[in-house]
Amino acid sequence: MSPIFEYAPAPESRAVVDIAPSYGLFVDGEFREAADGRVFKTVSPSTEEVLAEVAHAGAEDVDAAVAAARRAFGPWSALPGSERAKYLFRIARIIQERSRELAVLETLDNGKPIRETRDVDLPLVAAHFFYHAGWADKLSHAGFGPDPRPLGVAGQVIPWNFPLLMLAWKIAPALACGNTVVLKPAETTPLSALFFADVCRQAGLPKGVVNILTGDGSTGAALVAHDGIDKVAFTGSTAVGKRIARTVAGTAKRLTLELGGKGANIVFDDAPIDQAVEGIVNGIYFNQGQVCCAGSRLLVQESVHDELMEALKRRLATLRVGDPLDKNTDIGAINSAEQLARITELVDSGEAEGAVRWSPACELPERGWWFAPTIFTNVTQAHRIAREEIFGPVLSVLTFRTPDEAVAKANNSQYGLSAGVWTEKGSRILAVADKLRAGVVWANTFNKFDPTSPFGGYKESGFGREGGRHGLEAYLDV
Amino acid sequence: MSEMSGKPGAHTRLSVLKTYKLFVGGKFPRSESGRVYEVTDTRGNWLANAPLASRKDARDAVVAARKAFGGWSRATAYNRGQILYRIAEMLEGRRDQFVAEVAAAEGLSKAKATAQVDAAVDRWVWYAGWSDKVAQVVGGANPVAGPYFNLSTPEPTGVVAVLAPREPSFLGLVSVLAPVIVTGNTAVVAASERAPLPALSLAEVLATSDLPGGVVNLLSGRTAEIAAPLAAHQDVNAIDLTGADAELAKELETAAAENLKRVLRPSAGDAGGEDWFADPGTRRMLAFLETKTVWHPMGV
Repeated sequence: MSPIFEYAPAPESRAVVDIAPSYGLFVDGEFREAADGRVFKTVSPSTEEVLAEVAHAGAEDVDAAVAAARRAFGPWSALPGSERAKYLFRIARIIQERSRELAVLETLDNGKPIRETRDVDLPLVAAHFFYHAGWADKLSHAGFGPDPRPLGVAGQVIPWNFPLLMLAWKIAPALACGNTVVLKPAETTPLSALFFADVCRQAGLPKGVVNILTGDGSTGAALVAHDGIDKVAFTGSTAVGKRIARTVAGTAKRLTLELGGKGANIVFDDAPIDQAVEGIVNGIYFNQGQVCCAGSRLLVQESVHDELMEALKRRLATLRVGDPLDKNTDIGAINSAEQLARITELVDSGEAEGAVRWSPACELPERGWWFAPTIFTNVTQAHRIAREEIFGPVLSVLTFRTPDEAVAKANNSQYGLSAGVWTEKGSRILAVADKLRAGVVWANTFNKFDPTSPFGGYKESGFGREGGRHGLEAYLDV
Repeated sequence: MSEMSGKPGAHTRLSVLKTYKLFVGGKFPRSESGRVYEVTDTRGNWLANAPLASRKDARDAVVAARKAFGGWSRATAYNRGQILYRIAEMLEGRRDQFVAEVAAAEGLSKAKATAQVDAAVDRWVWYAGWSDKVAQVVGGANPVAGPYFNLSTPEPTGVVAVLAPREPSFLGLVSVLAPVIVTGNTAVVAASERAPLPALSLAEVLATSDLPGGVVNLLSGRTAEIAAPLAAHQDVNAIDLTGADAELAKELETAAAENLKRVLRPSAGDAGGEDWFADPGTRRMLAFLETKTVWHPMGV
């Protein structure tokens, strides 16, 4: 199908960001090379261009970072909350000032569209620091006792799908509560965390309060196993989450996990179809579907299945896939060759198991890692594409006849992170939302986030909440 | 318990002993294994034979707890509160029996045993009152930056395995059980291994308090033997390790990671770490609650 409109390219300028050829680890307020001198390259997923060389932290570097965080913990936790608050307010303001630079950087390193980093990631990052700043001197009013204490040093490991936003979700509440942190960004997206280190420098944050260790899974494993930390916070896959839970078993370390999902997006026959289509698209194609709370299982009431599919396919044909820096791009690059292979493998299994695959005609760039938005119909609950997290722009469509059947199918999952409900009937929304075993339920909307709103899963989607008053509990000794 | 009363002239009456049984799905079965073990007082005198529950008993208890979860979690908070209060009423009526059992089980003076039983009754009353308050205390509206209704509410996590503290066998049991069920969870409880009799008698109170069958399931036996299948069970959502020693707790927490159970670790300092007579706070309720957040656009 030929596009209705031709768009001239509208690329965001790269000139706003200055990427150095190499970066060190940020430990005790300074950048330093890895003790063993190891480095790795970070590349742009949309072009495969090398963006920079980054230090690879080993066990010795983990020791140094944890020791720095431990030294900083005493004075930092002893600061009046109102002073800690001011540091966090400063960070929030500097992020707002530098948001275009950070958005372009994030798009380069991650491959996601600039429209998303500029309009979603960065505003939420700043908002997260601003929100938690205000808690720092009000913790005694948060419902955790008259004088809740911080835990100590937090080891935090974050994924590549929202690199700077996940950093904010981890660091803002930890610091507000008086902890110090050692954070490991994902191997494929280290740059925004290193730029954040510069934001900390500009804010005058005391050295050692925030330490950034770049590296791969082995760095993360060394960090969570380190005897010197008091708290582990992890966002990532359920498989790694289980491994971390085993590592932490029998220790005094506190643990919160935000893991995978297979969110059900339920569309009833009375739903406003056009709005539901927008919600479905936002639910599974936002960030190329590389979202733990994606609405990756569409449950459609049988009577509107054909009508909805037709409208959805029409809408998909208008999505623009390509240069993430182009302001008109809807779908950017897949983050890595490894992730692309995972998506491809699961999609192949969908076809092999008998589901019907459909994608709009779309030309994918030659270089970089890409996957066209995809819909599977005729999916059963037994198919791997209905059970396993694909973490890509792939929607599995199932049908139902009654609300009870919709709820039963939605809950038939090892996961329980998110769900969506589309109907005009208020009492049905409340009844269905009540029965869904999921931490976040979006009714007549999807993929909305806010620092005041607790986020986190049921079942194997992990435990603990991030955001809101609830999120503070993860960083207080309660 | 077997006392001969010997009035001169009258023939002596042999007392009626109680057969202690498990409590599963609202019924009182023996262990499917047919096994029992000897329970003695602190001086080694025989008190009774208690069922030595097997792995199969533990799995049956999980099935019963899962079956009961839907109804109990959807009961109104007011209803759950009244049932917990009813438990306190029933317990109060059998106060003397429990004082005698606790005294025998733990070698306590009557005064100390009475203090324990009284505190246990009062604990049911305290938690009964929490049923319709906890959602307001830990839930609420979130002021998101946009035109959305946004509400967080606590929900029960599901089936919770509970290892009751080794002692105090009765006040400890009530203190770990009540906070699990008041919010709508269902429970599979391993009673104190050495002193299970007061726990097994509590089942008689629960069975006559309008508590739906399967909401509480009580097992006696070797804690490690019962706990292992519960910690590894894929249909158990959480585990309270209060009654486990450090070594067992580590083993069980590791097994619990397989389906990411919520784990409440034993408090530091082992058995001496907890003051069971102190204000319990909300910690034990919150450990087995999930927060669900619902969004809806506002507009016309």
